[in-house]
Amino acid sequence: MIISIASGKGGTGKTTVAANLAASLDQAVTVLDCDVEEPNLHLFLHPKIHTRENVVAPIPRVDMEKCTLCKRCMEICRFNAIAVAGKTVVTFPELCHSCGGCSAICPEGAVTEMERVLGIVETGTGPVPDMGFAQGLLDVGQVMVPPVIRKVKSHIDTQGITLIDAPPGTSCPVIAAMKDTDFVILVTEPTPFGLNDLKLAVETVRMMDIPHGLIINRAGMGDDAVYAYAKEQHLPVLLEIPFDRKIAEAYSRGDLIISRSNDLKEKFQTLYHDICRLVDAQRCAP
Amino acid sequence: MKELVILSGKGGTGKTSLTAAFAGLAPSLMLCDADVDAADLHLIMSPDIQQTHDFVGGNEAVINQDLCTGCGTCKELCRFDAVSESDEKFVVDALNCEGCGVCVDLCPENAIDFPQKTCGQWFVSATRFGPMVHARLGIAEENSGRLVTLVREQARKRAREQHIELILTDGPPGIGCPVIASMGQASAVLIVTEPTVSGIHDMKRVGELAAHFKIPAMVCINKYDLNLDQTRSIEKIAKEKNIALVGQIPFDPAFTQAMIQCKTLVENDETSRASQAVRDIWHAVMASPAMKIERLM
Repeated sequence: MIISIASGKGGTGKTTVAANLAASLDQAVTVLDCDVEEPNLHLFLHPKIHTRENVVAPIPRVDMEKCTLCKRCMEICRFNAIAVAGKTVVTFPELCHSCGGCSAICPEGAVTEMERVLGIVETGTGPVPDMGFAQGLLDVGQVMVPPVIRKVKSHIDTQGITLIDAPPGTSCPVIAAMKDTDFVILVTEPTPFGLNDLKLAVETVRMMDIPHGLIINRAGMGDDAVYAYAKEQHLPVLLEIPFDRKIAEAYSRGDLIISRSNDLKEKFQTLYHDICRLVDAQRCAP
Repeated sequence: MKELVILSGKGGTGKTSLTAAFAGLAPSLMLCDADVDAADLHLIMSPDIQQTHDFVGGNEAVINQDLCTGCGTCKELCRFDAVSESDEKFVVDALNCEGCGVCVDLCPENAIDFPQKTCGQWFVSATRFGPMVHARLGIAEENSGRLVTLVREQARKRAREQHIELILTDGPPGIGCPVIASMGQASAVLIVTEPTVSGIHDMKRVGELAAHFKIPAMVCINKYDLNLDQTRSIEKIAKEKNIALVGQIPFDPAFTQAMIQCKTLVENDETSRASQAVRDIWHAVMASPAMKIERLM
């Protein structure tokens, strides 16, 4: 069972849900932080890191001894990452998408590839014995986010439960994080911004055809429009986390909110069972 | 002309609420919403859309089944697992296609089309505070960085034409491609953070990014009284990193109330502590050295 936790809007509580759900489960779980631009799960789970691995992507290297300046590399590159300038070839690694087009098309074999580091992936174990942990960390200044996310996702536990903390938004990084997961929890807040971005997130998961449900965080803080939307769209509200200064303070320190109440821990356990039922129900639906 | 870009690293710290409030404090400005993935500024600005343009963001490979001989070259070459084979037919998964065109150029049968994709729309609008350029990236589309670059270019062009001296840009969360696209050549960035472990962690990363691209950065703390220890940590970090701390805003339900009324924080209640704090921050930002220098744009 792979559950991703997403939201259109940032700061609605994705990481809170991922950390607290992981810590509430009485079974082995693997938690993956796929918000590789700003990974925060480790601040709440304090994992012991055991391995650290670079995420690399190929970029072109040109052998000017072999190059005949034919410009085929420049013509195939849609990202302006390689250019023939006078009697030399210039590459722009930060624009390169690592598609391999230039090396594949070069008739002289003058373009080969070398590695560029995009970020790192760390793996370890969580605060409880049966918790696996992995996170990606994009190097500051790099833009190629999806390859780092895919590398984090190589640590999915295909036998057990995996929780994926996704980045905000609706574009390629989120798609990379949610792809091939069994269920998406959409975390929102009952405010106009929360609702606007939730609608975008719902469109995204529907397009990807992944079963999904809502968690309304900071319930009571704003208005009721999100409930009306959930009802109208037949979106199950799986959990409400109350708007409570005590919860916000616990979060600010990096504490798990379930440590503040047993009631919340039980609610997270129920959440998991509800999701299992929804996934099965939807899989069994004609 | 000057441009201030509002960033945060972490989402949900109050970038858009603050941008909106600032808009009401500036005598004249051009607004730019560079959070094209999950744009919210329009909810407060109620823009009167005057122009709508398509954003053509790239191309997408489509295999012409009439010409395809099933040789599999495209599948071998594709680095993005976008080509799959089922029932002896090769097809491209649009979600995975990077738009690199390698399969298109190297197909021995020229059997792959490469149509342009409309990835979203961008708008030129009028608001009660001045003109606004904003956009909507299509669901699950790529090239958000290019759309950010485009809305900023358009905002600049129109500001120049209309002799507007200040552009205020609401930025996206994170530190990846749309964020990098939102800060290039800006006069300064204002990082909105909050006194939480995540807020601090993410502020550091976006601060490093600004330093990497040599853009002057300032920081303000929203909900500063939520955790005073963390607020002191932010003050310390800002000092170490040479980022000017331009003010702090108390935890105030007025942020949400204003949003529900589609008003800025200041319009909603100009006497609230939060409104006063926002005003002080605005004056401090505008008086900062970075915002005094004319940058060639």
